[in-house]
Amino acid sequence: MSSQARVQALFNEPACEKNQAKDASTRKKGCSKPLTPGAAAGGCAFDGAKIVLQPVTDVAHLIHGPLACEGNSWDNRGAASSGSALWRRSFTTDLTELDVVMGQGEKKLFRAIREIVEAHAPPAVFVYSTCVTALIGDDLDAVCFRAAERFGLPVVPVHAPGFVGSKNLGNKLAGEALLDHVVGAYEPDDVGPMDVNILGEYNLAGEFWMVKPLLEALGMRVRACIPGDARYLDIAGAHTARANMMVCSTALINMARKMEERWGIPFFEGSFYGVSDTSDALRQLARLLVSQGADRALTGRAEALIAREEARVWRRLEPYRARLAGKRVLLNTGGVKSWSVVAALQEIGMEIVGTATKKSTDEDKERIKKLLKDEKHAFDNMAPRDLYALLASGKADIMLSGGRTQFIALKAKTPWLDINQERHHPYAGYDGMVELVRQIDLAIHNPVWAQARAPAPWDAPTRASARPAESGAETIALTRRKFAATAADELGEC
Amino acid sequence: MATVLPVAKAASVNPLKSSQPLGAAFAYLGVAGAVPLFHGSQGCTSFALVLFVRHFKEAIPLQTTAMDEVATILGGADHLEEAILNLKTRTKPKLIGICTTALVETRGEDIAGDVASIKSRRAADLEGTEITLAQTPDFDGAIEEGWSKAVTAMIEGVARRGTAARREESRVNILPGAHLTVADVEHVRAMVEAFGLEPVILPDISGSLDGTVPERWIPTTYGGTSVEDIRTLGEARLTIAIGEHMRAPAARLHELTGVEYSLFRQLSGLKAVDRFVTLLGELSGRPAPASIRRRRAQLQDALLDGHFHFSGKRIAIAAEPDLLYALATVFVGMGAQIHAAVTTTSGSKILEHVPCETVKVGDLGDFEALAEGADLLVTHSHGRQAAERLGAPLLRVGFPIFDRLGGQHKLRVGYQGARDLIFEVANIFESERHEPTPESLDPFRNRESEHERRPASAIGRH
Repeated sequence: MSSQARVQALFNEPACEKNQAKDASTRKKGCSKPLTPGAAAGGCAFDGAKIVLQPVTDVAHLIHGPLACEGNSWDNRGAASSGSALWRRSFTTDLTELDVVMGQGEKKLFRAIREIVEAHAPPAVFVYSTCVTALIGDDLDAVCFRAAERFGLPVVPVHAPGFVGSKNLGNKLAGEALLDHVVGAYEPDDVGPMDVNILGEYNLAGEFWMVKPLLEALGMRVRACIPGDARYLDIAGAHTARANMMVCSTALINMARKMEERWGIPFFEGSFYGVSDTSDALRQLARLLVSQGADRALTGRAEALIAREEARVWRRLEPYRARLAGKRVLLNTGGVKSWSVVAALQEIGMEIVGTATKKSTDEDKERIKKLLKDEKHAFDNMAPRDLYALLASGKADIMLSGGRTQFIALKAKTPWLDINQERHHPYAGYDGMVELVRQIDLAIHNPVWAQARAPAPWDAPTRASARPAESGAETIALTRRKFAATAADELGEC
Repeated sequence: MATVLPVAKAASVNPLKSSQPLGAAFAYLGVAGAVPLFHGSQGCTSFALVLFVRHFKEAIPLQTTAMDEVATILGGADHLEEAILNLKTRTKPKLIGICTTALVETRGEDIAGDVASIKSRRAADLEGTEITLAQTPDFDGAIEEGWSKAVTAMIEGVARRGTAARREESRVNILPGAHLTVADVEHVRAMVEAFGLEPVILPDISGSLDGTVPERWIPTTYGGTSVEDIRTLGEARLTIAIGEHMRAPAARLHELTGVEYSLFRQLSGLKAVDRFVTLLGELSGRPAPASIRRRRAQLQDALLDGHFHFSGKRIAIAAEPDLLYALATVFVGMGAQIHAAVTTTSGSKILEHVPCETVKVGDLGDFEALAEGADLLVTHSHGRQAAERLGAPLLRVGFPIFDRLGGQHKLRVGYQGARDLIFEVANIFESERHEPTPESLDPFRNRESEHERRPASAIGRH
């Protein structure tokens, strides 16, 4: 399939809620909004594809292109591995001018695959195209096919050059690569009625490890968590699972739907962020498994676990109520995943003073209206300048967002917490919610804010600065008087 | 005299390089009121932006022409024009610094022609904003090359040409290389000013990337070289270029304005700094101030105290050519040996002067293989994987440093920087020292092995 056809097919995704709402002509135009040169932000399709596939831990990820695509971006995500560290090694063909001019790209790629196989013997190699190699017409499929034949291992072509579109499109193209080349390539010999897949879970900061034991306590087995902490054979055998949970809906919806089509695996969309969503996810997984023939008692066991865990998590969150009630949160991230977090924050008395709705569907927006006191606080997309103004004027006690807007908050001297992919703390499951609230508490109550916001003594509106004409000696005397009452340990805190 | 070994393999493993357009953008970021603009797909910008942010922990102004599939096929001139006009209206920059990427350079467009035509057709709209172009495809060069090209582009595009009617006797142009940190640039400025001279530094990242908290939101860089200062580069008495990769811009400035230049390959060794101080003395007609003499004496003492720790140590370095040269020279000057030297590109003339037998053009995969048995690894943060696997300590230098704070405030030039560097490295060796054990000193141990490691660390004791 040509890459144009592949992209068109993705724009037609029937399981996508947003897509269903469109008529035929808007659908054909695709999902990606046209970018404004000089005012664009965000990654490209290659970035998106790599985000989805790179956490697959035992695979060699080889980027076919000039240096920047990989050289400027490797080892930059906080996914965690319980086994191989090969995914953190960076492989690129680092094309030179001569390679491009002389058309040596394909040969270099083939040799690169050979070198990797000889040095690391991975179970598979994933090969990514980039703008330049797509433009000069390197036949990625042919090279991968030949290499797979010659070296006797799967070599998977991933077609997501940057110029085809956004990061989100790249996520989906990565899903297509897995569907076309990986899922179904291996038949595990231990298939069972309690096998599930989790799609679109990245295991950031190892957070899936806070959820997996819950599933295992119910007797479920995670056949594949894609891509977080996945190994090649997990994904290759993922078609044998009985149920799919789709975590990051925008990323891999095409994969969930096609797995249902091809292998009859039912799926649902859920989240492990927040108390109620975690419980819901457990419930749904149990329901789907039972519908696929698992023991009916599973439902009851799930409810018992949920009741026990929910009671525990609320008990653990209670001490934070006194410290956080009335604090105002600005949520600058799109998408559905944040909603159950919001519910939990409100439960302990925090207030949501604003939220971005850029990535939200109409249905999401309805939910937002219900959650927010004032629907004016939902904004589509805020310019950095406006965001800065809002934070600098003290209208929020903390902003939760991704790294991109981190420094807007910090320069406005406002507490900030990373809730996107670069973060270092695990927030999934019941324990994750407690961790999130703990981190919010730590951020808001850090003594640094008072220090950072205080003006320099000579800028402060005191008597000393009100009289700039004072002679040096007088100022010193004044300063001495000012500090006379200051205890030594107070100074030590500065 | 080192032999430079070229790349001999197809798969680059753990890249050492950052891309050439990133280097160009880096230089533009040292100009006040600037916005660098990548001409390419939005990922090119996004990756570079994220890397800058990880290194500096700052909001970084960096924009993209956002080439899509249609523009890739039909040509990107419209996108370039739209981007420039959008930037002009939204951020009112003093300078838009264009850096081309591999995508548009592979297409082979006449980008210089596009820029010239946009500038002339839109002259009225673009009033008050300089636009410069550095052609920096990713498939060539690395940070040094990009940085050097951007500085040259600013000299060619902004500096007033021709011999200035009047030279300012006290004015000195400083062209620092990409390997100087914010602290280095600040220190160079202070040294020059200590002689009563007035330095104009291009680019001056110490004004723009030093991490301050402005009281309002600014969409461009704040601080750095002013465009007006670039315009009057030709009025200086002399240009001082620091690093071999700054020879090209210094020479170009000489061609265009007649200002002579003096090149310093590095500013981290005693002799090099002596030469620098002597030059400043000659230019100003003043003796070296007491504070600088004092620093020199401190460095002398650091050399004496520090050499015990360096003697016989094997140090492996992976860095861009000029940084590699500077560090290797200092370490060898302290009695250490360069166990492995890996660099990004083969083009620099400085490489043959690196005090070791071979310099390998390659990546951190090569570095890891060559550095086996080294006492210290010296490279940027991506060297952490190699350090972990080899069990050797890592000194983080260059770009990017994303897993340590304050990389930009590390001073490594001047007497003071050399002193601090010696102490820093000696302390690493000190903390890695192993207590002697009967096993490690057993004369019958490892007879068949050529690598007897432990005696080297015993030398480090006083």
